[in-house]
Amino acid sequence: MSKFESLDKYTNSKSFGYELLPFKFERLEDEIFISNLVGEFKILSQNEFEAFVNNHLPFESKTYSDLLAKHFIIEKNTSTPLELLSLKLRTKLSRLSQFTALHMFVVSLRCEHSCPYCQVSRQSDNKIAFDMTPEIADRALELTFRSPSPAIKIEFQGGEPLLNFPIIQHIVRSALEINKVAQKNLAFVIATNLAVLSDDVLSFCKSNNVEISTSLDGPRELHNSNRPRPNNNSYELAIEGIRKARDYLGVDHVSALMTTTKASLGQVKNIIDEYIKQDFSGIFLRPLSPYGFAIKTKWYKSYDVDEWLKFYFEGLDYIIELNRNGLKFQEFYARMILTKMLTPYQTGYVDMMSPAGAGIAAVVYNYDGDVFASDESRMLAEMGDKSFRLGNVLTNTYREIFTNDFLLDALEKSFTGSAPMCSNCAFEPYCGSDPVYHHATQGDVLGKKWESGFCQRNLSIFRKLIEYYQDPEIKRIFESWLR
Amino acid sequence: MKSIELDAGFDDKIFDNSNSENVILKITKNANLPFAKRSNFALILDKEMENVPAGFDLGINFLTEKIIKNAINLSSELNYLSDGDVIKINRTSKRVRVLFRAQSRFNFFLLTERCNHYCLMCSQPPRDIQDDWHYHDVMRSIELIDRGAPFIGFTGGEPTLLGDGFVEIIRKLNGWLPETSALVLSNGRKFADPNFSDKLASIGHRDLTIAIPLYSDVSHIHDYVVQSDGAFEETIKGILRLKERRQKVQIRIVIHKQTYARLPQFAEFIYRNLAFVDHVALMGLEITGFTKANLKDLWIDPVDYSEELESAAGYLSRMGMNISIFNHQLCTIPRTIWHLAVKSISDWKNNYEPECSTCSVKSNCGGFFTTSKGKTSRAIQAQI
Repeated sequence: MSKFESLDKYTNSKSFGYELLPFKFERLEDEIFISNLVGEFKILSQNEFEAFVNNHLPFESKTYSDLLAKHFIIEKNTSTPLELLSLKLRTKLSRLSQFTALHMFVVSLRCEHSCPYCQVSRQSDNKIAFDMTPEIADRALELTFRSPSPAIKIEFQGGEPLLNFPIIQHIVRSALEINKVAQKNLAFVIATNLAVLSDDVLSFCKSNNVEISTSLDGPRELHNSNRPRPNNNSYELAIEGIRKARDYLGVDHVSALMTTTKASLGQVKNIIDEYIKQDFSGIFLRPLSPYGFAIKTKWYKSYDVDEWLKFYFEGLDYIIELNRNGLKFQEFYARMILTKMLTPYQTGYVDMMSPAGAGIAAVVYNYDGDVFASDESRMLAEMGDKSFRLGNVLTNTYREIFTNDFLLDALEKSFTGSAPMCSNCAFEPYCGSDPVYHHATQGDVLGKKWESGFCQRNLSIFRKLIEYYQDPEIKRIFESWLR
Repeated sequence: MKSIELDAGFDDKIFDNSNSENVILKITKNANLPFAKRSNFALILDKEMENVPAGFDLGINFLTEKIIKNAINLSSELNYLSDGDVIKINRTSKRVRVLFRAQSRFNFFLLTERCNHYCLMCSQPPRDIQDDWHYHDVMRSIELIDRGAPFIGFTGGEPTLLGDGFVEIIRKLNGWLPETSALVLSNGRKFADPNFSDKLASIGHRDLTIAIPLYSDVSHIHDYVVQSDGAFEETIKGILRLKERRQKVQIRIVIHKQTYARLPQFAEFIYRNLAFVDHVALMGLEITGFTKANLKDLWIDPVDYSEELESAAGYLSRMGMNISIFNHQLCTIPRTIWHLAVKSISDWKNNYEPECSTCSVKSNCGGFFTTSKGKTSRAIQAQI
């Protein structure tokens, strides 16, 4: 007789049945997608799904082992799966304890561009009316360093922030001084169109580790028509600025963002090709936000969610094709969602968090000292809706601003873990809540999800990514983006 | 390195000054070693020497048949002994055991032959015996080994069955050989006890890795492979307790007929649940020990699991985990994962086949276990 016990001995002791752990499900074409609260997922056939929920999944089946390992089911007399599940949940939520990390300083509303979709900028030489003063900057910095977050990112916004470069220098120098004691992981970025970039600015950025983020909407013609300025040379200045900024700061410290207008819709390949031509490693295909002039001038209404999705998926198809052909190039929105789907980690993308990132992940200090829960919140305010104005740096305390009743109420109401139609959505672990968007479009921070463009857009993207993921080659491409 | 025992010709007289059954000595070839330093050293005699210089505990004579007072005659098989090596001499059995070789990259101390697992493929089948003497040998050896030794491993049996004795060994290692990296081959179960993990972590060793075998993402397969109910549960907890205390952990997966099928799912389990481990090693089977008895339940030609291996290794690597493939000949695994393969087989049990002589990548290849004779992959072929 063998000294060794058979496999049966070890399976028998465990095949006394299983219990279900919390999960959500959604029908795909012919199959059923299930996910758990940490975002692990599995696609089951109708029969498998029924066996699974009715507790008669055969112990010997591969599906049983898969669901056991992914913590959809739990066997008797074992506590490790719950320990692992709670560890994973803590990991996913760990950002919450760190509180606000991104602090946006709107240092000037003035801009020499006159983009029709822009929400906030002013053509003006009146520095007194639209520039941030040192007094306001100092007070905003004080609030910034009250954040418990071990990482603090200060982003300079506009208008065109470089039109008020002296205050940027002041803020950077003061922040570095404060940080000698505060010891945060401190980073700076200037969001600029690069039109008024100078060598002095770049030297300052280099010596203080300030990064550059710019706008590039696509090829010359599209970019210049989206972004009018005197001499019609926005594109030329942006390209020259990107080149120079890379010389000074290094390629990893210069990034670009695009905005999709009606004119962009048929041109997604050209837009992507422009990013490739300019040696970017990826692109963030972004829809217009329903705020500010975009709504006022009907730019936002100029295309609907379906047109946007057609544009987006055409772009994603093209990018996957590029990767198949050996070019490592990413789409950053997809990567953000894939990170939520395929890794144990959470992303820092403010518009796809739950609870929403407004105020508690990012905050905006406007030129006049008003504090907003997000960039969109201040754009809303420019249209007269100041709901998400949390206070003013000159008159309100840290506590008053960050425990603003309207903000806390909005965060709580929009929490996807409990929001109607979110809490039972199988894609909820990959989604987020956007109370500012729903307030702007429906007048309600929670919003009716069946009328929500946010919901419609993201659900389509989730389904599409799941479809892509089932192709082993695309799966490998997606995984290679996650590093 | 496992210790090697060889018969030695010597007489009891050399133990005259010692009450102990055993002596552990360090080797030197330097007859001019200052007198004050000679104690605890065995001097390898050269052929002109007619006696053991005063102060040395022992002389070692390889060259002649002549009997020299206070010296032992060793067979030429041990003539690799060199400066810094540590040996143990037993009075009764008249055996010499080489405990440490300064020139080897693979020095391992066996801490006990006892084990609470009974793995189907154990290469060092456990014995339920009283063998505390290993503990004393190791504690003594650590004091003798030259400072700066790059690496020491600890194996068993299950080293943590020594309980606090294990912690004392690591503490002594950290105290006496602070630059030495250490690896412990343990099933990890004892570390599920937070108090035990605390004791280890409190030592603050700079580079200590606990290498823990895990064979599946589901408990029944792991428990079957290690022949112990509840093993998976406790080993996972052990890994968590160690990582909570920032100890380095390597997960070791031996691939065979019982474990290969779920490798891709297992890889995902590791990334989703244990992404914080420091290293994952995917290991080929060594045909020795219990493996021979269970060969029909274990053997699968590596080329027949190349799809699963490529999927698991490629995935873990893409997800940014530190991953290596051990014990595989390059010609048996897909080229896409060659860069993950490591020459891992210890020098004293490593060789190559005749076919390998014309292979262009032989120098990058881990080769074979000497014990694997007759059970090799059909894919073995010289690569051009």
